[in-house]
Amino acid sequence: MDLSTSYLGLTLPHPFMTGASPLVDRLDLVKRLEDAGVAAITMHSLFEEQLLLEQKATMRHVVAHEESFAEALSFFPDRDDYRLGPDEYLEQIRRIKATVDVPVIASLNGSSGAGWVEYARLMEDAGADAIELNVYFLATDFETPGLEIEQRVVQIARMVKDAVRFPVAVKLSPFFSSIANVTRQLDAAGVDGLVLFNRFYQPDIDVDSLDVAPRLLLSESSELLLRLRWLAILSGRLNCSLAVTGGVHSGLDAVKAIMAGADAIQVVSAVLQHGPSQIKKMRDELERWLEDHEYQSAQQMRGSMSLLRCPDPAAFERANYTRILQTWRV
Amino acid sequence: MDRSWITVDGNEATASTAHRANEVIAIYPITPSSNMGEFADEWSAKGHTNIWGTVPEVTEMQSEGGAIGAVHGALQAGSLATTFTASQGLLLMIPNMYKIAGELTPFCMHVAARTVATHALSIFGDHSDVMAVRQTGFGLLSSGSVQEAHDFALIGQAATLRSRVPMLHFFDGFRTSHEVAKIEQLSDDDIRALLPAEAIAAHRQRALTPDRPVLRGSAQNPDAFFQAREACNPFYLACPGIVQETMDQFAQRTGRKYHLFDYVGHPEAERVIVIMGSGGDTVVETVEWLAAKGEKVGVVRVRLYRPFSMEHFLKAVPPTVRAMAVLDRTKEPGAVADPMYLDVVTTLVEARAAGTSTFAQDPVVIAGRYGLSSKEFTPAMVVAVYEELGKASPQRRFTVGIHDDVTHMSLAYDAMLDIEPESVKRAVFFGLGADGTVGANKNTIKIIGEETDNFAQGYFVYDSKKSGAITISHLRFGPKPIRSAYLVKQANFVGCHQFVFLEKYDVLEYAAPGAVFLLNSPFDKDTVWNELPSEVQQEIIEKQLQFYVIDAYKVARDTGMGTRINTIMQTCYFAISGVLPREEAIAQIKQAIEKTYGKRGPEVVKRNFAAVDHTLAHLEKVTVPAAVSATRGRPPLVADAAPDFVKRVTAMMLANKGDLLPVSAFPIDGTWPTGTAQWEKRNIALEIPAWDPKICIQCNKCALVCPHAAIRAKVYPSDRLEGAPATFQAVDYKGNEYPGMKYTLQVAPEDCTGCTICVMMCPAKDKSNPKHKAIDMVPQPPLRESERENYAFFLALPEVDRTIVKPDVKHTQFLQPLFEYSGACSGCGETPYVKLMTQLFGDRLLIANATGCSSIYGGNLPTTPYTVDHCGRGPAWSNSLFEDNAEFGLGFRLAVDQHTEQAAELLKRLAGQVGEGLVEALLSADQATEQGIIAQRERVAALKAALHGVATPDARALEDLADYFVKKSVWIVGGDGWAYDIGYGGLDHVLSMGKDVNVLVLDTEVYSNTGGQQSKATPMGAAAKFAMAGKAVGKKDLGLMAMAYGNVYVANVAFGARDAQTVKAFLEAEAYPGPSIIIAYSHCIAHGYDMAMGIEQQKLAVESGYWPLFRYDPRAREAGASPLHLDAGAPKSEIGKFMRNETRFRVVEQQDPDRFRELLARAQADVRKRFALYEELARGSAPTTGSGSSN
Repeated sequence: MDLSTSYLGLTLPHPFMTGASPLVDRLDLVKRLEDAGVAAITMHSLFEEQLLLEQKATMRHVVAHEESFAEALSFFPDRDDYRLGPDEYLEQIRRIKATVDVPVIASLNGSSGAGWVEYARLMEDAGADAIELNVYFLATDFETPGLEIEQRVVQIARMVKDAVRFPVAVKLSPFFSSIANVTRQLDAAGVDGLVLFNRFYQPDIDVDSLDVAPRLLLSESSELLLRLRWLAILSGRLNCSLAVTGGVHSGLDAVKAIMAGADAIQVVSAVLQHGPSQIKKMRDELERWLEDHEYQSAQQMRGSMSLLRCPDPAAFERANYTRILQTWRV
Repeated sequence: MDRSWITVDGNEATASTAHRANEVIAIYPITPSSNMGEFADEWSAKGHTNIWGTVPEVTEMQSEGGAIGAVHGALQAGSLATTFTASQGLLLMIPNMYKIAGELTPFCMHVAARTVATHALSIFGDHSDVMAVRQTGFGLLSSGSVQEAHDFALIGQAATLRSRVPMLHFFDGFRTSHEVAKIEQLSDDDIRALLPAEAIAAHRQRALTPDRPVLRGSAQNPDAFFQAREACNPFYLACPGIVQETMDQFAQRTGRKYHLFDYVGHPEAERVIVIMGSGGDTVVETVEWLAAKGEKVGVVRVRLYRPFSMEHFLKAVPPTVRAMAVLDRTKEPGAVADPMYLDVVTTLVEARAAGTSTFAQDPVVIAGRYGLSSKEFTPAMVVAVYEELGKASPQRRFTVGIHDDVTHMSLAYDAMLDIEPESVKRAVFFGLGADGTVGANKNTIKIIGEETDNFAQGYFVYDSKKSGAITISHLRFGPKPIRSAYLVKQANFVGCHQFVFLEKYDVLEYAAPGAVFLLNSPFDKDTVWNELPSEVQQEIIEKQLQFYVIDAYKVARDTGMGTRINTIMQTCYFAISGVLPREEAIAQIKQAIEKTYGKRGPEVVKRNFAAVDHTLAHLEKVTVPAAVSATRGRPPLVADAAPDFVKRVTAMMLANKGDLLPVSAFPIDGTWPTGTAQWEKRNIALEIPAWDPKICIQCNKCALVCPHAAIRAKVYPSDRLEGAPATFQAVDYKGNEYPGMKYTLQVAPEDCTGCTICVMMCPAKDKSNPKHKAIDMVPQPPLRESERENYAFFLALPEVDRTIVKPDVKHTQFLQPLFEYSGACSGCGETPYVKLMTQLFGDRLLIANATGCSSIYGGNLPTTPYTVDHCGRGPAWSNSLFEDNAEFGLGFRLAVDQHTEQAAELLKRLAGQVGEGLVEALLSADQATEQGIIAQRERVAALKAALHGVATPDARALEDLADYFVKKSVWIVGGDGWAYDIGYGGLDHVLSMGKDVNVLVLDTEVYSNTGGQQSKATPMGAAAKFAMAGKAVGKKDLGLMAMAYGNVYVANVAFGARDAQTVKAFLEAEAYPGPSIIIAYSHCIAHGYDMAMGIEQQKLAVESGYWPLFRYDPRAREAGASPLHLDAGAPKSEIGKFMRNETRFRVVEQQDPDRFRELLARAQADVRKRFALYEELARGSAPTTGSGSSN
């Protein structure tokens, strides 16, 4: 069965790849992922803000104690190879590239315009095959209109796209008032792919200590539905490729995603829960499903249930929660 | 010749040569030599090779005794080996030095000469350490400047190889070891050329090897030893000649000429000074100045002090000399005179007797002592010595540099004399440690030294306090090599980087007339004048200073630099001083920034660049008014209520004027009053906690965790509130144990360091607005006055009745801390334990304190934190050494027990006179509780009253000893360097003895005081000096080792994780009638994170099982239970979570993620294994440990 797909201009033997996650921290895991047949590997994001914070903290809590006291002019060995910039991350790209043959997609969350461009270039130089821009602005400022957020996202994509030669994907959150329009702008800016949708740490409340505790729960298949809708709406309307992330846990989930229009399927929670072999399992399930249902290839069903082609396009467009709620009541 | 000019300090200069000329380096950290070992370790870690192409093996040992032992072994096995040390460290090497010399072993070691502790410890420089080894058979080679230290490290190595006499190369601690200067660096070829290959081969041939077996270290008897000992004589006779030949070879190659005795001065000098070390440079400088005025003076600089060549000495001194002063930088009490004088006099006397004297007339020789503990030695003092030599009958024994009004030995000198030429540009900068002033100044020296033809020198004076430390940088630049081995007195440029310093110090005393004064000021050029104290205005006008201001903090804030103003002030310096063209200077500053901070991350560099670029727009010149307008002078440094001693002595030291105190001002034997820290109001906190009694749950946890005893709780009768200041806060006490009483939580506004640990600890949140807690940080200045008044009122409130205090966290915090406002780092993780110890037992406490952080914040002058209660009782504290602290404390116990026994004996003898009942009560008193102790004190008072009427010697003797009937608590306190490493042998022995002593190990898991070298307490995976790549072996389990005795009370505590367990452990350790040890987790700045998070990290340490909490109480065995009680459950989180929050672990991950992951996995496995073992022990199912009984 031909499961191949093209994502960001990369030809992949099948659509299953790992999404941004800590899976890439360990080379042995990366190798196991390749052995399990993963089509591509996405790095976890490099957070520019975190790098800056770490540098700032080093100045405040390490450097500030130096040259103050006669007996201790410093407290740490003086190495030239402290890695407080992106070096650690870039080095990991190189190591992963040296370890596996599958494409490696870097991921970046910048905090400044210059940072986005600079780090993207460095990632390209380090050998990444593509980059995923993890743009996410939590718009808490009451003075910032939504349009400005959209422009910022597009602007970043354009700047990075202009600065690098390797493919650029943008990972979006679902929190735009007009997702379709944003994707159209990004598409026009030349991005090579869109990843739908980001999942975030959500603040939880510890009611005893009156503290806010951020949590990240693993995804569930139910989360796929939001993605299916937007894949279906966007599929066939943009030049760039589409990946789904969040909620794909089985071969059947993958079937739905591909039918909705996904070129690639990013998996994280399922691998975290069941290990790298889950990739192979899902790939096999997909293959079996296609065989059982007499498809010739995965490509044959890609986008078959998109807004353009599905028998009841209104179902994707309608805000149909009323009906569902009624059904549920019954 | 391929040589470069480098700008380095004396330690680096020395290590640079030694590292390239050796194969094995074994060291132990000790100030001021530590950096030499650190440089060597760093270079080896980076793969720098010696001249033979191998990377020298650098090993940190458990003590200097261990280091020299390892070196001795390496030498015996045929390696070229070296070590670096100082002071007590050198003394620990003495036994081995005899051996190494006796075996005629080529070996050159390097010593940053430092004061040996006598009446007090001093980290500073003099020759008392090297003079203490002059009898070992080592050659003593003395260098006097950074260049010389670099050169002599090679000359010493070459000479020892050729002569087989081991060499000790030394230079002055701090003055040379820490002075930064521009020097010409020896190339590898220079080193190769000087080191004799055949001698190296011969050394290797003598190596112990089973291929050519020999025996060394035999035991010899009266028939053989003496002759065999004399057999080495030819080598000592030849040695001076060989050293001179080596110096000549060196001169031929480098052009720098040295002699065993270097003479500088008038060829027909009549008055000559003989001197060793950096002081020689100062004398040379002065001689040249005097010679220019036609004076016939000269100086003999002693380079090779041992073997002392009389012949070479006599040749060096002009025959015209009539009077000679030998200056020793050491004190040998009781000797005829200090040692070098005796050598010189013997030389002259023997020459006369042998008829070889070259002198036209026998010179008068006088002995002078100078410069102990880095006391300044200036041209003015040199001039005073020459003047003395010009007198008809000069003082035969004298001191110079101090005012001795007791034995009147000191020479008077003109402190205002300044001989420095105009061509030398001088600058003095006052900064805060944290603002980076010293680092920037070091860069300035490098820039000027390496980018201009100028020679450059920098010397840095540091604070005795670890928090809010001030630094004073002394910089010189000039067209000729700089020989001024003393502080700048008359600067052309004075930079004051903190406005508040003007209120405390006479900053402008350093300013020469017409100098530039640059002030970091929140006030601009138009308003600053009115903010200056009158003394400052006066000096600006009188000295006609050019006055500039910049609001450096604003520039720093605007450019994201926080409080780092160093590069901003540096830019101003270059802009005003014109040392380099502006554009070039800025380019150079940026290059230096890149070099210094590049490894700290690109953002740091970027922000520094921005700061530099924004600086000049904010630099303003002030138009100085013609007259003083201020009505306000500099406030007094200590309150009027302070004791006389504090006002007379301490205040002078606080004002940086301690040098002016005469001998009579000081105690004769190092005994010092306690309770002086309370008079030093440092006001270093920008923010302090403010209390909201409405929210407070009165748990007192803030008081427990405060490292500086700067937030305190009291419960007291409500009627005591009468006369309270208007803003004083009090509420009803919430518990029922003090009915009707009031409760106050009060901050000491001027003593708080603003660390915020109390706020982090506070569990009481406003339910409607949880970001508001019972204590919040608020700006200090607006509250300073009112809270000062409130705090004074608070202190005057009565202390709680100790007899009714419950033994828990909350109630122990009502006890008065007898350790307060120490100079420890802001947020220190050690001091809360020390403070708790004084709260619980302070009134009966003797503390033996190992050298280290706790002895420095505990006993470093000017002010010390241990204090007394309202009865005048409090901890008696002493520091003996680093290595002997357990034994020292045991000695306290033995003495106290002896006193008590003798008192009991006397009491029994006097039973008839004082009454049987009282005798019985005194001897059988139960003092396990506060009530018991107080009752005993009352009995002692009754006894003393009864003895009053008894007129016998026994009665008098008992009067003196009666207080020993009251329990005395002996605590032995020190850090992990002491307990795990250098003092472990003694600690182990003391624990084994069953005596009632308590040991508190303040475990920061690293040598904190000397700057972060690894100890055996350093955990796996942590980077430390000498474990740059992350320590590959686990932390030693000191607790388990102590448990093995079976009769030792052992506790592992972490106050931030389980404060109740900490309090319990202290009480149990004290109550346990045998030896006790508490190993106390202490977060530390050497871990590399925000100390405000110290409590959270402690929690993580315990949760993850990294730091298990337990108490091992041998008494439990009597009840049939396991002595070991685990106070924390099975590890709940991964230790990676704990480790990744700290720089010491993070750097390992950043450098080598795979290695870190491996170490992390092993550390995690160790945690599990350790917990499993403890669990078994706690269940009592593991093999039982020893069952020795305690006394």
